[in-house]
Amino acid sequence: MSKAQDTMLYLDGVSVAFDGFKAINNLSIIVRPTEMLAIIGPNGAGKTTMMDIITGKTRPDAGEVMFDGRTDLTKLDEATIANLGIGRKFQKPTVFESHTIWDNLEMALKKPRGIFNALFYTASDDDIARITDILDTVRLLHRKDEFAANLSHGQKQWLEIGMLLAQDPKLLLVDEPVAGMTDSETEETAKLLREIAKTRSVVVVEHDMSFVRELGSRVVCLAEGAVLAEGTLDQVSANPVVIERYLGR
Amino acid sequence: MLTQALFRALDKKAIWVIGIFLAVAILVPMANLLIPPGQFGHVPTYLVSLLGKYLSYAILALALDLVWGYCGILSLGHSAFFALGGYAMGMYLMRQIGSRGVYGNPTLPDFMVFLNWKELPWYWLGFDNFWFAMAMVVVVPGLLAFIFGFFAFRSRVTGVYLSIITQAMTFALLLAFFRNDMGFGGNNGLTDFKDILGAPVQAQSTRVILFAATAIALALSVLVCSMIVNSKLGKVMVAVRDAESRTRFIGYRVEYVKLFAFTVSAIMAGIAGALYVPQVGIINPGEFEPGNSIEVVIWTAVGGRGTLIGPIIGAIVVNLGKSWFTSALPEFWLFALGALFIFVTLFLPKGIVGLWKQVFGAGRQTAEPTPPTPARSADIERGEDPSTFDNPQPRPAE
Amino acid sequence: MLTPLLRLALLTMSLLVPTLAQAQTTDITARIAAMGEANLKELTQIVTDLASTGDPSVVPVLTALGDGNLYLDETSGRVVIQNGSTITDPLTGEAVDLGADTDLSRIRVNNGLRRDISAALGGMTLMSDNPRTRLSAAQGFLANPDPATLPLLDEAIAAETDANVLGVMQTARATTILSSEDASIEEKQAAVPQIVSGAGRSAITVLTSALASAPDEVKPTIQSAIAGLEQSRAVWAALQNVWFGVSLGSVLLLAAIGLAITFGVMGVINMAHGEMVMLGAYTTFLVQLVIRQSFPGLLDYSLLIALPVAFLVTGAIGVGIERGIIRWLYGRPLETLLATWGLSLILQQTVRSIFGPTNQMVIAPTWMSGSTDFFGLAITYNRFWIVIFALIVFFMLLLILNRTPLGLQMRAVTQNRRMASAMGIRTPFVDAMTFGLGSGIAGLAGVALTQIDNISPNLGQNYIIDSFMVVVFGGVGNLWGTFVGALTLGVANKFLEPYAGAVLGKILILVLIILFIQRHPRGLFALKGRAIEQ
Repeated sequence: MSKAQDTMLYLDGVSVAFDGFKAINNLSIIVRPTEMLAIIGPNGAGKTTMMDIITGKTRPDAGEVMFDGRTDLTKLDEATIANLGIGRKFQKPTVFESHTIWDNLEMALKKPRGIFNALFYTASDDDIARITDILDTVRLLHRKDEFAANLSHGQKQWLEIGMLLAQDPKLLLVDEPVAGMTDSETEETAKLLREIAKTRSVVVVEHDMSFVRELGSRVVCLAEGAVLAEGTLDQVSANPVVIERYLGR
Repeated sequence: MLTQALFRALDKKAIWVIGIFLAVAILVPMANLLIPPGQFGHVPTYLVSLLGKYLSYAILALALDLVWGYCGILSLGHSAFFALGGYAMGMYLMRQIGSRGVYGNPTLPDFMVFLNWKELPWYWLGFDNFWFAMAMVVVVPGLLAFIFGFFAFRSRVTGVYLSIITQAMTFALLLAFFRNDMGFGGNNGLTDFKDILGAPVQAQSTRVILFAATAIALALSVLVCSMIVNSKLGKVMVAVRDAESRTRFIGYRVEYVKLFAFTVSAIMAGIAGALYVPQVGIINPGEFEPGNSIEVVIWTAVGGRGTLIGPIIGAIVVNLGKSWFTSALPEFWLFALGALFIFVTLFLPKGIVGLWKQVFGAGRQTAEPTPPTPARSADIERGEDPSTFDNPQPRPAE
Repeated sequence: MLTPLLRLALLTMSLLVPTLAQAQTTDITARIAAMGEANLKELTQIVTDLASTGDPSVVPVLTALGDGNLYLDETSGRVVIQNGSTITDPLTGEAVDLGADTDLSRIRVNNGLRRDISAALGGMTLMSDNPRTRLSAAQGFLANPDPATLPLLDEAIAAETDANVLGVMQTARATTILSSEDASIEEKQAAVPQIVSGAGRSAITVLTSALASAPDEVKPTIQSAIAGLEQSRAVWAALQNVWFGVSLGSVLLLAAIGLAITFGVMGVINMAHGEMVMLGAYTTFLVQLVIRQSFPGLLDYSLLIALPVAFLVTGAIGVGIERGIIRWLYGRPLETLLATWGLSLILQQTVRSIFGPTNQMVIAPTWMSGSTDFFGLAITYNRFWIVIFALIVFFMLLLILNRTPLGLQMRAVTQNRRMASAMGIRTPFVDAMTFGLGSGIAGLAGVALTQIDNISPNLGQNYIIDSFMVVVFGGVGNLWGTFVGALTLGVANKFLEPYAGAVLGKILILVLIILFIQRHPRGLFALKGRAIEQ
């Protein structure tokens, strides 16, 4: 327990196997409060599975997963974990397409999630201000009444980041946030994530090395479900094993 | 809180629908009672009851739409809730027969006397009281749906699996109610009703009042559904329908959302059944037939699911068709119904309401949520990419 | 009552010992003649005397007397046997013409005498040369134990050479000892195991009836023997139930396996699957009709001929359905469910319009009628062949899936449709073939069902929900799941039936499956892994 103290996310010796295939093999990672961590690694390294474990979608076969130094995540379901303050953005942007952009954010907004809370919910002035604020941040204010289905790929990514912000989480798990974005959008996203990381912990999974460089955070390289190397981007990309297994010569 | 929710519920469309059925609740009885037979505009009493039957079907279809159209749960067992509500009402009506039965037993219904039963089973106690029976109309289907849904949704039984087990549920009830020793009249069910609240069920005035009650119940159902679907909860329901796990990851308990929708829907179905039974004069285990439940689905699909008016239109149109076919071309009704199933699913996925919008509402942005068309289920079911959600394909813009 | 064979045997014996026979013949003839006027007491004496001669030629007389077929012709004073309209001489068996003014009166016997006669006959036949005669005689003693016959039995046992007959004789002797008042306790104790091993299904009855009169010292032995027997009877009853369950399970397997394929490979719920079964059954009916009218010689093989026909007919209809309806609905499993339900209504009504709502008959071939007794299990041939047939179909399907190019492509599409398509597999073709295969197997199930169910337009409806339960229970994507699911449900059904009745048993099964699904939402043999988690 004490080891997990003062951490936002604490994974120790986590393993999970699917039909004998070890997707995660004795993985240990620590994320401190208001720290940004970038995770890189080849396909099949277990990045997404790791996120599945943290968010309660997959149960690990072994290992400890602690949130905020005290909560054991392995026993909880997705909704409880989300309400604890872990937000997740998916590799493939998934927004609620038959809802308007405004409604997407309204649903994500941090509020009691009970059935009757939702049934009798009426947006307060504060809520409206907050949603407007977020829409402004993700640059979708002018399209707030359109269906999310009509957004471009990059805009959906931003809407999803906006939904993350609306959830007001302590820890953000962001899976490939800049896929399908233009260079300037990518830059903006990096800026936004750095801004967010001032007050929250952020874990970013990304293949785009220039984006990772812009994040300027600590980097972990995963391979075959375990940590291959750790440090600054320069340290990691200079690591011969990483070059061998991931970056290539 | 409630007033705000009610206010939201009464959007322009809902007001129209509610207004229409409140007007129907007044106009049809007037046309029956005030306009003498033979004159233009008179609605004969049998027709009043027939329309009442259609309206109770409409409530049932609306109930199904709430879970299917809005929450993505295709229940193939909704006629079970309808029948349970109907049986609760039927039991009240049986107790009202009193000693006027064939055997003249003041407490035991005829079929129990026939089976040589000596006293009323415990679960029949209290049904001589109208309000108790009405409470049971709500409680029994609601409780069954709650228990069934609690287990099913908690273990994340979804899609066709859920459809199949709801079908198994109604099938099991069908078999159970066919048994004589269940104490619900077995094969023959409950019939030969005499009075409801002291008024003879066959009387013109009673029938007219029952019709009005059904129309009002339909209007109220629309109000309740409108309140739900226009609330944030309604939006979450649609979110569950379109991307179930995504909804979970933003912190909503999908199983409770579904459970709420399923239970409310079952209660509505039960009320529909209770209104249906005195108007048709019988309730028997045939109402539990899995085929009936699937027919309700087609009413909803024909009208247009995911809308409030669609299922009502669908229930009335399909049943008008059924009445016409079964009297004019009885051989062909099943052909027509079967063809309707295929036609609607292939060519009219949004139903009549969707067609209407396409024809008359072109260019106008519609606010109705429409079910997205995901990629092949095989892909989703086995999603190559675990982060792929229920709805990986972007929906084309309307 | 005596079989011609027995008579022949007796005749042979009389030929073997002609001298003895000749010496006694006159004596016997006189005694038989005396029977006409004898009173009951004298008659008893005559019966004893006749029996003591040991001459087989008296068997017909005694049999006739016991059966009430022995008459006295009042006119001529002759004693004759009347059997129907034929009148024969009691000793020679030759026809006798008594002329017109005959006046036959029956020689009356009472129950006591009848018992004596059968004992006498039994004693005589016990020593017969024909093992079958001895066997039936011994069985007669087993059924009516009489302490007086003990010496007779002992004698027969000493002489007996046939192990089978010997066993029955010893059991008869043991039974007799148990009911005898003179036998010692040790003898009685020793008799019990003999009855247990020898008396078969009637052992419990024999022992229970002996229990009441048995001395106290023997009672525990008998009681424990009864308990043991009841236990083994329960085991046999359970085995019989297992057989019924396997039989039901194989029917379920046949009905569900096609469904499992279409559901597993294509993710398609085919509500018209039951109607494919029904069409298979009607195809069988038509095939038999044609054969009966045109090739009556092949009638016994009509089921075998119907198999490929039904497979092709329903398979072709299946391909048609896939191409016409289902392929437009991929990715919308719930809509597929509705459309195929609509289709099932149309198919039912079509068949009802053509063939009428009444049941049709398919005659069972001779090799499928009747039943056999397999170590005490009653096994009817039609059920037996259906079990065999289901197994054949199942393993053929396994072969197709695991050993043929089509099977390989089907598995590829099951696992990763997009990738399979990218690899150059024509997924639409695979879909059509898969659906055709699933429907064709439903047709085969229909052929089999003609032997145990009514052929009516509703035939399919009776099986569709059960089939779904099997698939859901067994899990999708694994034929073994369907196999285990079908047999489990079949056996569970048959085991619940005696306790809960057929209907309640079925309800219980449904409830149990609903509960099971809560625990294992993907069934018993669900594919695992992250790819399937969605």
